[in-house]
Amino acid sequence: MYVYDQHDQRIIDERVAQYRDQTRRYLAGELKEEEFLPLRLQNGLYVQRLAPMLRIAVPYGLLSSKQLRKVAEISRNYDKGYAHISTRQNIQLNWPRLEDVPDILEELASVQMHAVQTSGNCIRNTTTDQYAGVATDELEDPRPWCEIVRQWSTFHPEFAFLPRKFKIAVCASESDRAAIHAHDIGLELVAHPESGEVGFRVLVGGGLGRTPVIGVEICAWLEKKHLITYLESILRVYNQHGRRDNKYKARIKILVKAMGIDAFREKVEAEWARLKDGPSTLTDTEVDRVKSHFTEPAYREIDPPAAQAAVDQHGSENPAFANWLSRNTVAHRVPGYRIVNLSLKSTGYAPGDITDSQLESVADLADRYSFGELRSTHQQNLVLADVEQESLFELWQTLVSLKLATPNIGYLTDMICCPGGDYCALANAKSIPVAEAIQSRFDDLDYLYDLGPLDLNISGCMNACGHHHIGHIGILGVDKKGQEFYQVSLGGNSDKDASIGKILGPSFGQDDMPDVIEKILNTYVDKRTEEETFLDTYRRIGLAPFKEQVYA
Amino acid sequence: MPKLIRNGAVVEEAAAEFLSLEQVQAGAVGSALILEPGEAPDQIPGELSRFELIALNFPVFMDGRGFSYARELRELGFGGEIRAIGNFIRDQLFFLKRCGVDTFELGNEQNLEEALASFADFSDSYQAAIDQPEPLFRRR
Repeated sequence: MYVYDQHDQRIIDERVAQYRDQTRRYLAGELKEEEFLPLRLQNGLYVQRLAPMLRIAVPYGLLSSKQLRKVAEISRNYDKGYAHISTRQNIQLNWPRLEDVPDILEELASVQMHAVQTSGNCIRNTTTDQYAGVATDELEDPRPWCEIVRQWSTFHPEFAFLPRKFKIAVCASESDRAAIHAHDIGLELVAHPESGEVGFRVLVGGGLGRTPVIGVEICAWLEKKHLITYLESILRVYNQHGRRDNKYKARIKILVKAMGIDAFREKVEAEWARLKDGPSTLTDTEVDRVKSHFTEPAYREIDPPAAQAAVDQHGSENPAFANWLSRNTVAHRVPGYRIVNLSLKSTGYAPGDITDSQLESVADLADRYSFGELRSTHQQNLVLADVEQESLFELWQTLVSLKLATPNIGYLTDMICCPGGDYCALANAKSIPVAEAIQSRFDDLDYLYDLGPLDLNISGCMNACGHHHIGHIGILGVDKKGQEFYQVSLGGNSDKDASIGKILGPSFGQDDMPDVIEKILNTYVDKRTEEETFLDTYRRIGLAPFKEQVYA
Repeated sequence: MPKLIRNGAVVEEAAAEFLSLEQVQAGAVGSALILEPGEAPDQIPGELSRFELIALNFPVFMDGRGFSYARELRELGFGGEIRAIGNFIRDQLFFLKRCGVDTFELGNEQNLEEALASFADFSDSYQAAIDQPEPLFRRR
């Protein structure tokens, strides 16, 4: 993973000092509430319903075991002993004291971590595939490009006061695990149709929130060295022309829609004509320098048939292990290794939550089995990316004891869920109890597997942190005269054939939700053909049959 | 006389007589122009070099259009003084300077001497900008 040199470290240390002084000025009454607000947000600090919330950046979801131990220690010393994995692969603490945040940031900086630009109207954490570098369907490792974007976007002098937040995601694989169509800018590494040279396909104007939009192509193929100047050109057009009169119309998606993609592209290219080939053009030296941080770990020479035989042996003796293996682990590009997902979706625990002692145990597991590294996912789980097949059984046994082996990755109960009204000041409704009620109702694993892959995403308000628009089933908390209700949508999808879900109809009370989901699932089971997933069936038969059953 | 920050020091200067963009577009002649948010540099008719001073007004500090305007003015070859005016805050000084702003008239700041410290918030930056045309990666 990327390791700071003296420049990176100094910039982060100076940021801590800057924020320490800003906090001091705020507490001394020298900095007004409204002036401190964007400053603390750009350091990840929200003031929530019950307490402040600190969102710690995990650049493109990559963490070392050392960093994870530090997060565990901070959550114990400054918080209530647990943390939450967010849908931007970041880590959130729910109960820090505002006065302690400078100290927390200093602790984070000591392990090359920070909370820079995890909130506010600026360029946020760049996200990517949690299987980057080890996926079997990957064109090249997207992480060096994420790091290049991270450095460019960190304290960018021109883009710290944008009309609204700005999110970039990078995908380099056949399946899109980074939901790039739902981002302000989506970057897809693609081969040029004629030369075969790998460059970027650039999408712009995607986003969820109140007005969900699927991003459109602004550039079919961009030479890699132009990445930064091209991004800068897009941001500059947005910074100057994005709406600032209404925060719900301020995202770039609204600007792109209003101008039309062709007029928008024309403006970007006019800016780019000035910036292109300038000093921000990437050099081979820089690209190689960053790439050198993402080299292969020292994989062992493994005899794959023997390793497979050992795993199969354990599997035949222990069906629960075999089941976990097929549900929670994924093929690795190196023979003899597997990618292991740690499910943070065990019933009875808020989706994405993890305790300090679990964090420390996971750090130990990363050291022991996965070269000391791990990843967080936008589905709010963790990943050990480089596990030898021969270690899988032992690892599984430990994960079971840690309650991190629920074999549900990609199934109904592996739901994405924002913290909702239990924590968040923006929420219209609670989301965690809805998730829990659904998890409790559908606890029969055979039934879940029979339903097949299913994304159920829950957001407690239209800001859509729970990505409800792109869940096959989406649930949105709404407020009606002070009462919490839930609107259901169907047919959303985050993969390359991305789509926004359609609203089923009038909303439901919290207690009705498990029944509603059951009726939707029954309709699918009833109407599906043998090979169809939920999404296939929905796309074939549309909303009407589901509606009929649910509102019958 | 209004106080402003020039060359890292607090100075008092007579207020400049600014023309609005509308006046300039209507043909008014003068050496100082003030741009409001929404008035991008590409709307200024004629040669930029006839102005000695172009001010960027920040009615609210959260509106960051002026940051891009400053950079564009420099990229369009404007070599005169760029001044930030209005309700921006000292925590933005470092970024404004990087974008090519030379002088700062902070509408809300009581203690300009203390505010000077914000110019030193960072000793280096990743990106190319007006104050440092080479990105860090070309200097590493």
